[in-house]
Amino acid sequence: MEIPYTTQPRPDTGLYNAKVGIWLFLASEVMLFGALFSSYILLRVGSEPGFWPHDWLNIPVGTANTLVLITSSITTVMAWASLKMNQFNKFKFYHACTILLALTFVCIKSYEYHDKFTHYEVALTNGKFVDGHMKENHLEMKDNALTGYAVFSGHEVEKREELYDLKKHHHTGHEDVKVDAAEIKRMDTYGPWHNTYTAIYFTLTGLHALHVIGGALVIGFLWGPGSKLYRTDPERFTNRIEISGLFWHFVDLVWIFLFPVLYLL
Amino acid sequence: MQAAHTTTPVHEAEHHHDPGFWRGYVFSTDHKVIGIQYGVTALFFLLFGFTLMLMMRWQIAHPQEAVPLVGKLLEATLGETAKDGKISGDLYNSFGAMHGTIMVFMAIVPLAFAAFGNYVVPLMIGAPDMAFPRVNMASYQAYVVGGLIMFVSFFIPGGAAQAGWTSYSPLATSIASTGQTFWLIGMVCLITSSLLGAVNFIATIIQLRAPGMTWMRLPFFVWAQFVTAFLLLLAFPPLEAAGVMQLMDKVAHTSFFLPTGLAIGGNLANISGGGSPLLWQHLFWFLGHPEVYVLILPAMGIVAEIIANNTRKPLWGYKSLVYSALTIGFLSFIVWAHHMYLTGMGTKVATFFQTTTMIISIPSVIILTCMFMSLWGGSIRFNTPMLFVMAFLPMFGIGGLTGLPLGFNYSDLHLHDTYYVIAHFHYIVAPGTIFALFAGIYYWYPKITGRMMSEFWGKVHFWASLIFMNLIFQPMFAQGMAGMLRRMADGGANYSKAKVPNAIGGLSDALLHMHIYILWAAVGLFLAQIPFIVNFFYSIKNGRKVTSDNPWEATTLEWQTPTPPPHGNFATVPEVHHGPYEYSVPGKPADFTPQNAPV
Repeated sequence: MEIPYTTQPRPDTGLYNAKVGIWLFLASEVMLFGALFSSYILLRVGSEPGFWPHDWLNIPVGTANTLVLITSSITTVMAWASLKMNQFNKFKFYHACTILLALTFVCIKSYEYHDKFTHYEVALTNGKFVDGHMKENHLEMKDNALTGYAVFSGHEVEKREELYDLKKHHHTGHEDVKVDAAEIKRMDTYGPWHNTYTAIYFTLTGLHALHVIGGALVIGFLWGPGSKLYRTDPERFTNRIEISGLFWHFVDLVWIFLFPVLYLL
Repeated sequence: MQAAHTTTPVHEAEHHHDPGFWRGYVFSTDHKVIGIQYGVTALFFLLFGFTLMLMMRWQIAHPQEAVPLVGKLLEATLGETAKDGKISGDLYNSFGAMHGTIMVFMAIVPLAFAAFGNYVVPLMIGAPDMAFPRVNMASYQAYVVGGLIMFVSFFIPGGAAQAGWTSYSPLATSIASTGQTFWLIGMVCLITSSLLGAVNFIATIIQLRAPGMTWMRLPFFVWAQFVTAFLLLLAFPPLEAAGVMQLMDKVAHTSFFLPTGLAIGGNLANISGGGSPLLWQHLFWFLGHPEVYVLILPAMGIVAEIIANNTRKPLWGYKSLVYSALTIGFLSFIVWAHHMYLTGMGTKVATFFQTTTMIISIPSVIILTCMFMSLWGGSIRFNTPMLFVMAFLPMFGIGGLTGLPLGFNYSDLHLHDTYYVIAHFHYIVAPGTIFALFAGIYYWYPKITGRMMSEFWGKVHFWASLIFMNLIFQPMFAQGMAGMLRRMADGGANYSKAKVPNAIGGLSDALLHMHIYILWAAVGLFLAQIPFIVNFFYSIKNGRKVTSDNPWEATTLEWQTPTPPPHGNFATVPEVHHGPYEYSVPGKPADFTPQNAPV
């Protein structure tokens, strides 16, 4: 006995097996990201008043990335529709676009990550804070003590709270601030360890980026060596493109929630 | 049935091709082989988790005395933490955390859900295999990888995870060893495994039911597995999210679950703070509570099949059983915080969760009642599987009823984290679920191997297990109500009247002395498993051969196949014309009507 309904839909459910499978898988993905979004809400509600960051992320860059993903969803639909109309070359073209857009997304995201990892917050011994990207680094460890100096392009503020909403506290421009090693009390970058906002930001977008990379690998396989199946079993191949497309749309949809939650609110 | 049997030689001649050892037994995509792989691996972990507990029971009864027999081995393999063969506090904590983790995630769930489900569900619904055979193989492989990571963690510096199977933060994050990191990575593998399994089970049951196998003709076992799969599908991802966040806390030094001002060993921790320990507990128990029903529902499914078969009459209230299982599945998602009454989450929240907790006991009671009612007026065959099932009913009853005081906020304040809780949930899982699993093994063994297990040694196994299980867990109710806390390496000796004579509520000598009885009952339970282990392996080659494909004269489809079922299961697509439990139908020549018998 062969396994039935691998390609043809079962009459009473109207679905072939893999389609049931992918929807179930996506349901569990909803729960995965749902738990993380719930954690975001809890952490934000529980944060000290005035210490939830605003405008820490670059909104134009985020918007560009949103457009990139939305466009890739369109090309994904077009790729599947092309196969349905037996236009294999068009399929190749559209999914090539999808893969390139996915790469673009990952590149832009890497740029944003890099920006955060080179962004410093320095607590000074006089109680003030210096915040910004490191321009010149002349700091050196000698005999377990920090010597030298560094120049940051950013701001010097009286209270740490001001860093959490620069616009509200009228810090708009950037200036060069030189800091001597002796003045530094504590210094760290805007990595995941910085506070609960960067923690949830890196976890959510990191997990999402892994999904983008995973989806791109699957679509890349189906676009390249996997597309041989089209010659022998076009219907089954079209189904595979549909299934991977459903996953891609889901990944896109997650970003549609991520963008306002992390960038705008 | 007859058709399937007589065409077997033709079928094998057509399709039989020897896949070789690796494809046939290790990298097999056949649901039956995967079911057996899961079963054997899970039984190994069941025994391993039990031996961990035996060593802990020794430590509780005889604190800081060298463990007999295996003490030297412990010191040789684990080093400083088992110096002179004695179990140190750290090692005790590791054993405790890993006993829970192994039993829940690596023994019982894989056995109840993955092993029985894989072997039996496709046969019962008349399918040739699972819907996604390669995903099925990947599921087993992820389970093995997760299991290996957990197993290896015992031997790394610092040992395995020590923060309990619940891994509460900040404790789990602040213990300075990598055991917890191994635990988290192992859990991600196990969660992936159960996710792949759950998708596969649901898709299979929806898509691959044979013609005529309508939803209300599904055996109750299939329904139970169906609901279980949904619980795994939807409840595990939040724990995966929590696991990722705790891993970030551990390796990327975030503060998801670490509050501001956290001090470790008297020093302020070098963290950003701002996180919430309660968040971990919410996410953990959002899985943790549905997980309880993952442990019990497949067992109830097995019990239902064996009761119908051995009372020779239809299950009482089949529809009530099905709707109760579905109701349990839904409600189990909104009861989780009854594990957290002591966290100070507020009385309003506690009231909500104690209400839902009381409501979920209703469908559980309906299921148990239906099963008791099914016995009424039956001419019961007392074979080994039926004995285990008959014991399951009252044992699960004790476990369920003793859960009520824990579900109420006010009585739980006293009982929380005591031995009472241990006794309560072990009554559900040990003489409850594990008895049902034993019953399932004795029941389906002849289909899998073509031979029966010994009835005599089966009965020895049953009676000894039943007596020793009760001797182990019954005293714990008394200990817990007297206030003895769990998870103490000295078994509570520090809080005894002997040590602190004037303390209010100090533990009496009699209560502490129970530890010694419990220890020997546990040793007895260990010895009681020897007849089972020998019987299990000996009967593969030497058991009594079955004379028919349907030795129990059952109605469900798995018995209407050749023995053991070949690759592809059925020679022709079975057509289902009957409900699952048509036993003793008046006017029929036999007292059972197979589901695929012609009308």
